[in-house]
Amino acid sequence: MKFAVSRFNPDTDSKPHMQTFEVAVERGMMLRDALLEIQRQDESFAFRHSCGEGVCGSDGMNVNGTNRLACITAVSDLKEPVEVRPFPGRPIIRDLVVDMSQFYQQYKAVEPWLVREDPMPEQEILQSPADRDKLDGLYECILCGCCSTACPSFWWNPDKFHGPQALLTAWRFLADSRDQATEHRLNELEGPYKLFRCHTIMNCVEVCPKGLNPTQAIGHIKHLMLRQGV
Amino acid sequence: MGLAKRRFDALIIGAGGAGLNAAIQLAGREARVAVVSKVFPTRSHTVAAQGGVNAALANVLPDNWHWHMFDTVKGSDYLGDQDAIEYMCREAIPTVYELEHNGVPFSRLDNGKIYQRAFGGQSQNFGGAQAARTCAAADRTGHAILHTLYQQNLRARTHFFDEYFAIDLIRDDDGAILGALVLEIETGEPLLIEAKATVLATGGCGQAFRTTSNAHINTGDGMAMALRAGVPLMDMEFYQFHPTGIAGKGMLITEGVRGEGGYLVNKDGERFMERYAPNAKDLASRDVVSRAIVTEVKEGRGCGPNGEHVLLKLDHLGEEIINKRLPGIRETGKIFAGVDAVREPLPVFPTAHYAMGGIPTDRFGRVLAPIGTGEEVVPGLYAAGECACVSVHGANRLGGNSLLDILVFGRAAGLDLMQHMESNHRPMSEAAVDKAMSRLERWDRKGDGISVRELRDEFRKCMEDHAGVFRTEEIMDEGVARLKALRDQLDDVRLQDHSRVFNTARIEALELENIMACGMAIAVSALHRRESRGAHSRPDYPSRDDANWMKHSLYLLDGDRAEYKPVQTRPLSVETFPPKERVY
Repeated sequence: MKFAVSRFNPDTDSKPHMQTFEVAVERGMMLRDALLEIQRQDESFAFRHSCGEGVCGSDGMNVNGTNRLACITAVSDLKEPVEVRPFPGRPIIRDLVVDMSQFYQQYKAVEPWLVREDPMPEQEILQSPADRDKLDGLYECILCGCCSTACPSFWWNPDKFHGPQALLTAWRFLADSRDQATEHRLNELEGPYKLFRCHTIMNCVEVCPKGLNPTQAIGHIKHLMLRQGV
Repeated sequence: MGLAKRRFDALIIGAGGAGLNAAIQLAGREARVAVVSKVFPTRSHTVAAQGGVNAALANVLPDNWHWHMFDTVKGSDYLGDQDAIEYMCREAIPTVYELEHNGVPFSRLDNGKIYQRAFGGQSQNFGGAQAARTCAAADRTGHAILHTLYQQNLRARTHFFDEYFAIDLIRDDDGAILGALVLEIETGEPLLIEAKATVLATGGCGQAFRTTSNAHINTGDGMAMALRAGVPLMDMEFYQFHPTGIAGKGMLITEGVRGEGGYLVNKDGERFMERYAPNAKDLASRDVVSRAIVTEVKEGRGCGPNGEHVLLKLDHLGEEIINKRLPGIRETGKIFAGVDAVREPLPVFPTAHYAMGGIPTDRFGRVLAPIGTGEEVVPGLYAAGECACVSVHGANRLGGNSLLDILVFGRAAGLDLMQHMESNHRPMSEAAVDKAMSRLERWDRKGDGISVRELRDEFRKCMEDHAGVFRTEEIMDEGVARLKALRDQLDDVRLQDHSRVFNTARIEALELENIMACGMAIAVSALHRRESRGAHSRPDYPSRDDANWMKHSLYLLDGDRAEYKPVQTRPLSVETFPPKERVY
C-alpha cells in the first residue's frame, strides 16, 4: 500500500514536501503501525506517538484531509495513496511534528481546574449520579488537538479564540456540580473572541476521535451566559 | 559553546501520577521545582490505567485499611515490606479524598459517594468474602487522575520542561546526586539541571518485552539511570503479566471487566478458573489467572484458529452496564479485536504489564543503596511510582494498587524532600557531567552498523521467549546468554540520522540502552531465584521456599551481580502477617 507522508527538516528544507513509501499491509494494521514501518525504512522520519490505543493523544495528524489519531485508524479504512500531513495551521517543527504551544496556552487560559470556595469536607464532596452524568462526554478529552487544528476560527485567531478543545474543558468545569467559580469563568469568556468566534462549523465534532461534541459544549456555555445575564 | 545550565531546588523526572503528585506537594512553598518529561505530561502512561485505585472507603461493602493491608501482603506472596504496606493502605483513604477534592470525576453511587468495584485479590475480614475496594472513574480512572493532577499543577504554576529527555543523573564522588543532564528534544540541545534533590518518577519498562500493555515511552529510563549511578534494582524478576491483554496485540482489558461480573472461558466453553481458584475464580490474583490461561492454551484448550488465546465473556452484563462502567473497553475491543463486547466475547492472552521491582526506596521515597553489609540513603535521590520498589507489591501486585502506589509515594517523596530546600547546592562535578555527555555523544558516531530497531526487536523477542510467565533453568540460562550477546552488540549500533531537531531515532537509541539494562536485571534476577513466588513461576522449583528465599534480590549493573536483603516483616503499628500458603 502506498503512503505519501509530509517531510520537513528545518536544517535542509525551505518548505515541506511529500515523500512516498510502500508498506506491506497486514490484517488489523493501524496507521501508526504503517508509520513505524516507514521509520524502519527511513529512521529520519519523525512523528509523535506513545500508547498505541487512543488514550494518550500523541499521534494526531491529518490523514487524507481529516484530522485523526494514527493509532486507532485502521489502514483498511483509508483510500490509497494515503496522504499523511501534520495538523493544519500549526508551525511545523519536523515532518509530522508540529508546535502545539498555542493550543496548550488556550487550554491553560480557561483555568482548567476545579475551584472550591467552601471548606473541604473530611470525606468526598458528594455528587449525585445524575450530576456526575453531566461530565460524561466532557472529561474524556485527551488533548490530542484534532478538533482545534481542524477549526477555521482557530486557524485565523489561535491567539484570541480559545478553540473547541479549551471551550469543551471550560464547560467541563462549568458543568461540574462541585465547581464554585461559575461567575468568574463566565466573565472570563466574555468579549468577541474567546468564545464567540465559534461559528458552529462543527469540524471539531466531525474529527474528535473520542466522539466528543465541543460545539454542543459551546452552545451550553452561551445558553448559561444568557440565563445568568452575564 | 558552553553547556546550558539551570538551577532548581528540586528536579522531578517524569510527569505521570507519581511525579505530578510529588510536584503538587511543593506548590505554594518557596521551592523552585522543575518537572522534566519526555512527553507532554498528559501523555504519560498513567493515562492508560483503567480500573481504579484501591482505598478502604467502605462505600459499597464493609472495609478497613487493615483488611486491605492483609490482602496486599498476601497478594505480594509475603515478599512485600509490611511497614510500607501498612503506610500505603492507611494513606489510601485520605489520598483518594484529596484526589476527589482536586476534581477527579469519580463515578458515583446513589448516595453521592465515590463508586467502588470489586477487583482481584480483595477480601473482607482477612481472607473472607469478596470486598469492593477499587475507586473508579468508569474505566478511565488513570486518565481522570492524570489530567486532574496536571490541572492542579498548572494552577500551582509548576515549572514544566515538556519534551525533554533525561540522559543521566549527575553523581559526585561522595555518591550524592546533583541533578541530571537532559536533552531538549525539539532543538537537540543538552541542558544541565542542578538540583538539591532529584526524584525519579519515570514509570515502568514494559518495552523490554515484545507483547506489552505498556506504551512506547515505557523504556525504564529512570531504572537504568539509577543502575548507571551505582544503585541496584530490587526484585526485578517479579514482572507482572496481566491476564487479559487483547490476544496478539497486548492492549489492556481491565480487571474491572471481571470485577463487574465478566469471566474467562476456554474452547469448550468451560469457566476454567473454577478449577484453578475455586473460591475467588476469575478474581484470583493476577499471577494465578495468567498462569491458568497459559496452561489452558498449552494443554490444547485455547480458542481461535490456532488455539492461542482464551475468551473473556461479558456480553451477559448487558449493554447498559457496559456503556456505563466499561465504555473504553467496548471501544478498545471494537478497534483492536474487531469485536463488540456487548455481543461477543473478547479474545485475550497475558501481556507484559508491570514491574513489581525497581529502584529500592524507603517509605519516604528515599533511594537506598548497599554500603558494606547494610544500606544507606543516596543523598539527594528519591524515586516513586512504578520505577521504584518500596516494596509494597512484593512478588505480585494487586489490581488497583499501582495507582495507589504512585499517588501515596509520589506525595511522600514530595513532602520529604522539603527538608533539603534550606541547604545549599553542592558543587557540580565536571567529570560526572562529561560522563553523561559522552553517553549522548556516543550516538554521533557515523558509519554502517546495526540499526536500533533491529537490535531492539531481537532483544524484546528474546525477553518474551526466555523471561515469560513460566521459567525453567534451561530456558533462562540460554536467555541470559543471548541477552548478554545482544547487549554486546549495542556498541555496533549506528544512527544514520545525525540531525539535531526532533530526532526521534536518537531518543530511541538512548532508550534502547535503558531497555536492555532493565531486561538484563529481570533475566539475571529471575535466573538466580530458585523458587516459585508470585509472578515468578519456576516449573523446576514449583514451591515457595521461605527458608531460603524470603528475601529481596538486588541486581547491580557492575558484573551483572545479584545480592540479597531481608524482607521487612514488621509493620508500623499492627501485628506481622506471617507467611501462609497462598490460596484463592
